[in-house]
Amino acid sequence: MSITPTEVMKIAHLARMSIHPDDVERYAQDLSGILDLVAHMNQIDVQGVEPMAHPLDMSQRLRADLVTEPNQRELLQRHAPAVENGLFLVPKVIE
Amino acid sequence: MQWETVIGLEIHAQLATKSKIFSGSSTAFGAEPNTQANVVDLGMPGSLPVLNAEAVRLAVTFGLAINAVVNRRSIFARKNYFYPDLPKGYQISQMDLPIVARGEVHVEMDDGTHKTVGLTRAHLEEDAGKSLHEDFHNMTGIDLNRAGTPLLEIVSDPDMRSAKEAVAYAKTIHSLVRYLGMCDGNMQEGSFRVDANVSVRPKGQAEFGTRAEVKNVNSFRFLERAINFEVERQIDVLEGGGTVVQETRLYDPDRDETRSMRSKEEAHDYRYFPDPDLLPVVLGEAFIESVRAGLPELPQQKKQRFVEHYALSAYDANLLTAERELADYFENALKVAGCEPKLAANWVMGEVSAALNKAGLDIAHSPVTANMLGGLLARIADNTLSGKLAKEVFEAMWAGEGDADAIIEKKGLKQITDEGAIAAIVDAALAQFPEQVAEFRSGKDKVFGFLVGQVMKAAKGKANPAQLNAVLKQRLES
Amino acid sequence: MSSLHCKSLTELRGMLDEKQISAQELAQHFIQRIQTLDGALNSFVSVTAEQALLSAQQADRRIAAGEVNALTGIPLAHKDIFCTQGIKTSCGSRMLDNFIAPYDATVVERLQQAGTVMLGKLNMDEFAMGSTSESSFYGATKNPWDTQAVPGGSSGGSAAAIAAGLTPVATGTDTGGSIRQPAAYCGITGLKPTYGRVSRFGMIAYASSLDQGGPMARSAEDCALLLNVMAGFDPRDSTSSEQASEDYSAQLNVDLTGLKIGLPREYFGAGLDAGVAQVIEAAIAEFRKLGAEVCEVSLPNSELAIPAYYVIAPAEASSNLSRFDGVRFGHRCDAPKDLTDLYERSRAEGFGDEVKRRIMIGTYALSSGYYDAYYLKAQRVRRLIADDFQRVLSEVDVIMGPVTPSVAPNLGESLKDPVAMYLSDIYTVPVNLAGLPAISIPVGFAQGRPVGLQVIGKAFAESRLLNIAHRFQQATDWHRQIPPAFK
Repeated sequence: MSITPTEVMKIAHLARMSIHPDDVERYAQDLSGILDLVAHMNQIDVQGVEPMAHPLDMSQRLRADLVTEPNQRELLQRHAPAVENGLFLVPKVIE
Repeated sequence: MQWETVIGLEIHAQLATKSKIFSGSSTAFGAEPNTQANVVDLGMPGSLPVLNAEAVRLAVTFGLAINAVVNRRSIFARKNYFYPDLPKGYQISQMDLPIVARGEVHVEMDDGTHKTVGLTRAHLEEDAGKSLHEDFHNMTGIDLNRAGTPLLEIVSDPDMRSAKEAVAYAKTIHSLVRYLGMCDGNMQEGSFRVDANVSVRPKGQAEFGTRAEVKNVNSFRFLERAINFEVERQIDVLEGGGTVVQETRLYDPDRDETRSMRSKEEAHDYRYFPDPDLLPVVLGEAFIESVRAGLPELPQQKKQRFVEHYALSAYDANLLTAERELADYFENALKVAGCEPKLAANWVMGEVSAALNKAGLDIAHSPVTANMLGGLLARIADNTLSGKLAKEVFEAMWAGEGDADAIIEKKGLKQITDEGAIAAIVDAALAQFPEQVAEFRSGKDKVFGFLVGQVMKAAKGKANPAQLNAVLKQRLES
Repeated sequence: MSSLHCKSLTELRGMLDEKQISAQELAQHFIQRIQTLDGALNSFVSVTAEQALLSAQQADRRIAAGEVNALTGIPLAHKDIFCTQGIKTSCGSRMLDNFIAPYDATVVERLQQAGTVMLGKLNMDEFAMGSTSESSFYGATKNPWDTQAVPGGSSGGSAAAIAAGLTPVATGTDTGGSIRQPAAYCGITGLKPTYGRVSRFGMIAYASSLDQGGPMARSAEDCALLLNVMAGFDPRDSTSSEQASEDYSAQLNVDLTGLKIGLPREYFGAGLDAGVAQVIEAAIAEFRKLGAEVCEVSLPNSELAIPAYYVIAPAEASSNLSRFDGVRFGHRCDAPKDLTDLYERSRAEGFGDEVKRRIMIGTYALSSGYYDAYYLKAQRVRRLIADDFQRVLSEVDVIMGPVTPSVAPNLGESLKDPVAMYLSDIYTVPVNLAGLPAISIPVGFAQGRPVGLQVIGKAFAESRLLNIAHRFQQATDWHRQIPPAFK
C-alpha cells in the first residue's frame, strides 16, 4: 500500500496542516511505510469479530442536569491568541 | 414537463436542559459572550465530556411520544471538521446507533386531510457556538456560549411533496416538542431550527433528483417561501438544460431567495468514528417505562378529547390544542366559568387571541389570565353581563383594572334583570312618546323598532335585552 | 544528606515526621540537584522552584500540626502532559509552548491535596507520541545511565529524573508503553494501571481509549504510595471506573508461593536481544526461588498489536489534536491571511514531524472509503488480542516477559526509521489494547544498560502486580542501583 504525493496533500488539507512542497515526497514515503506495517493486519480474517471500541465493558454514566460552572471568561481567555469584547477573533469567515 | 417536489426536513431542537449536554455550564440564552463556556465547552486540552441525564430523558420522551424505536444501546460519534465555532474540531453527535430510530409522524393538513411522514432517526448532539461577523474590522468574533447546548436532530424521510406539507410537518413537530416540554420552540432565538432538503423530479420518475439543503429559515412562513423559491429555481435550472448541484443554500428573507453558501462549498469528509471519551448509552426497561409513565397528553389525544368531551368542532379543537399553553388556558378558564365549552372556546379564539396578536404577546404572557377570563365568562353565563358589556369588561381587564367582578362593580355595568326595575324603565320611556305608542297600537308595526331603541337608550344598555323586549311587547299589546 | 535522593518515600516520611528534615529542606535539596545536574539530562521542561518552596512551607505546617498522610511534604514532578493551573503545560510541543493551563488535572489536584510538593514539569515526546523522548520541542532527554542513550519515551523525562535522583517519584502516562518502556530503559519501576483506574481528566489526550496515567518511582513500594492517591473514580471522566480503589500498600508483602506465571512464547521469539533474554530468564529464576510456578503460554495475535495500534492510536489522535487550531489557546501563526491559512500554518508550525505523521495516518485511516479497511478492522484485531489475554489470564495469575526487545538505543538512531521505532513497543502495546495493568521492574543490565521485566495482570489487579514486584525487590537490589554520574 502506498500513498501518493497527491494523497498526502489531500490528507494534509483535511487535517489543516500546510506541508512544504519539499517535504511531500518524504511524507509520502513515511506514510506508505506505516501503511505497510499496518497491512500485516490483513494476515488474518476478522470477519464476525465484534469491534472493540473500548477496553472497559461499561456503559455511559449520566450527570445530573445542574449548572455547576461559574463564569471564568477572564481566566480562560487570559492566554488566548486574539480576543476583543470577550469574543475570540479569527480572520473573517465568509458564509 | 410536470415536476414533482420531494422534501425531507432536518429539525434541530435545542433541549430545555439547565446545563449543557457534556458540561455543567448554563444554557441560558442571551448571556455576555463566552461567559457560559467552561474548559469542556472551549475544548481545552485535557477536558472531557460527561453526558447530561436530562438530555437523554428528553430524547427518549420524544421517541416514546411518536412510538418510534428507542435504542436500548446508542453510541456517540465524532463528526470531524474545522470551523471556528466548533471548539474541538469535531462535533459530538450520533451516527450508527442513534438514541431514536425509525418512527412515524401523523400530520393533519389545514384542509383536514392526513399525511404520514416517516422519521428516519432522532439523535443527540452538541450545538456549535456562534460566529459574529459585524464590527470587528475584517475579523469574525466567536462566542461559544451556545457550544455544547444539547440538540435533538430529528431527521424525516423525504416524504413531503409540497412546501405546505413540509410546513404542516414542521408545525406538528414544533407543537409536539413544546407539548413534551423538550424545547421552547423559539425559532427567532434558534432553539428550533429547520433545514430543508429539497429536490425535484419529473412526475412519475422513481429516483430522486439531486437535492439542495436550505438553511437559515427562522419562521414557518419563511420555510414555505424558501422551499417554493428553491423548487422554482431547480425547475428553472433543469428546464434550462442545466443540472442541480448538491450544495447547502442559505435563505435570505430580505430578498426572498436562496443562495449558495461559500463556506460549505468544499466536499466534506467528516471521518465519523465512535467517541472514545464516551461509553455506550445503555437504557434499562425500568427507565424507559418511567419516562413513558410521565408522558403528557399529546396534541392529537387532546384534540380528540376536546371534540368528544366538550362537543367542539374539529376546527375549534385543532386551534385550541395547537399549543399546550393555549389548551391549558382554555381548560382552566372553562373550569372557573362553568359555562358552555363553546362560549369559552369562542372567547379564547376570538377576543383573547385577537388582543394577544395585536399586542404581540403569547398566551403565557396574557394580561388576562385564564382565571380572569373564567370569571368574566361566569358573568356572561349567569346573565350578569351582555355580550357587549362583557367586551367592555374584557378591555378593562386587559388594561389591568382588576378582575371581572371588580370592574362590573366599579363601573356599574351590572345588567338589570329585575322585572320590576325593567318595567319601570319601559313605562317611563313610553310615557315620553305617547304619539308613537298610539301609532303602534293603530297597526303601524314599523314604529316598534323606534320604541325599542328609545327603551334601550333609557336603560343605558344595562338591561337584559331579552327581558326588556318581552316587557315592551307586553306593555304595548296590553 | 548526600543520599537523600536515594531514599524511599517511607524513609523520607520517617525523616519528615521525626523532624530530621523539613519539607522545605527536602524540596531545596532536589531543586538544587535539578539545577546542577539536569543540564546533562534535559529531563525537566519547567522547574517550579518558587511554588515548590511555598507548597513545602504548607506541608511543614501540616506536619507540625500532625495533619499528615503518606505523601505530605514529598517532592514529585509531573509529566508535562498533566494540566497544572497557572503553570505552563506544554505536552512537549511548540503548539503549547505558551499554554498556561487554567485548571489542574484530577491527578495533579489529588496529589496536591495530599500535600506533595511539585518540583516541576517533565520532558516527554511531543504529545506523548514517541518511544525515545527525542521528539520534544524542548530537545531530547538523555539517559542517566549513559547520556549517549535515549531514556525511552514518551515519559522519558519522568524516568530519567527519577533514575538520576532529581525527584523521588513522578507521574507518567502510558498509551503504548510510555511508562513501562522508559522505566525499563532507565532502570526504575513504572506501573501502567488498568484503563479507567486513574482519571484522564486534565491529562492531554493522545489516544483516549488507550491513555492511562500511572506512578513511576524507584521501587514498587513507592509506586503503591503514589497510586494510592492517583487512583479512584472521577465523575469528570466518563471512562473512569466506579470500582473502588484499594490500599495498594496493604498487600505488598503477601507471599508468592504458588503464584502461577505464564511466559508467552511470542515474547521470547526471534526479535528478542540475547543479552536481554538472559537477564529476563535470571529474573524468572528468582521468582521460582520465591515460590512461583512458571509455564509457557501463547498470545497468538501479539504480532498484530503494532499494526492495529498504529491505526487506532493515530485515528484517535488525529481527532483529539484538532482542537489545536490557533483560535482559543496555543500557537497561532503570524498574520494569517484567511481562516484556512490560520489553521494550516498554526498547525504546521506548532506540531513536529512525528505528530504530523500520526495525525496524517489517522486522518487517512478514518477518511471516506478507508474506515472499514483500517479503523474497523483494527478494532476487530483489538478484540482478538484482548481475548488472548483473557484466555491466558484465566489459566495463570500473571504474564511475564521483557518490556522491550533490546536495551535503550543511542540518541538519533530511532529518528532515521519511524517504523523501526514503532516495532520496539511490540511487548507493551498489546497490554494497552486490552486495557490491562502491567508493571515494569528493573532486573539487571545488558550491554551496560538497564533491562526491565514486565508483569501483566488481570484487570484491576494492581495490588497483585505491586506485591509481585515488591517481593522481587525485597530479594534483589536492581532497583537500588544509581547511575554513577548521579550518585
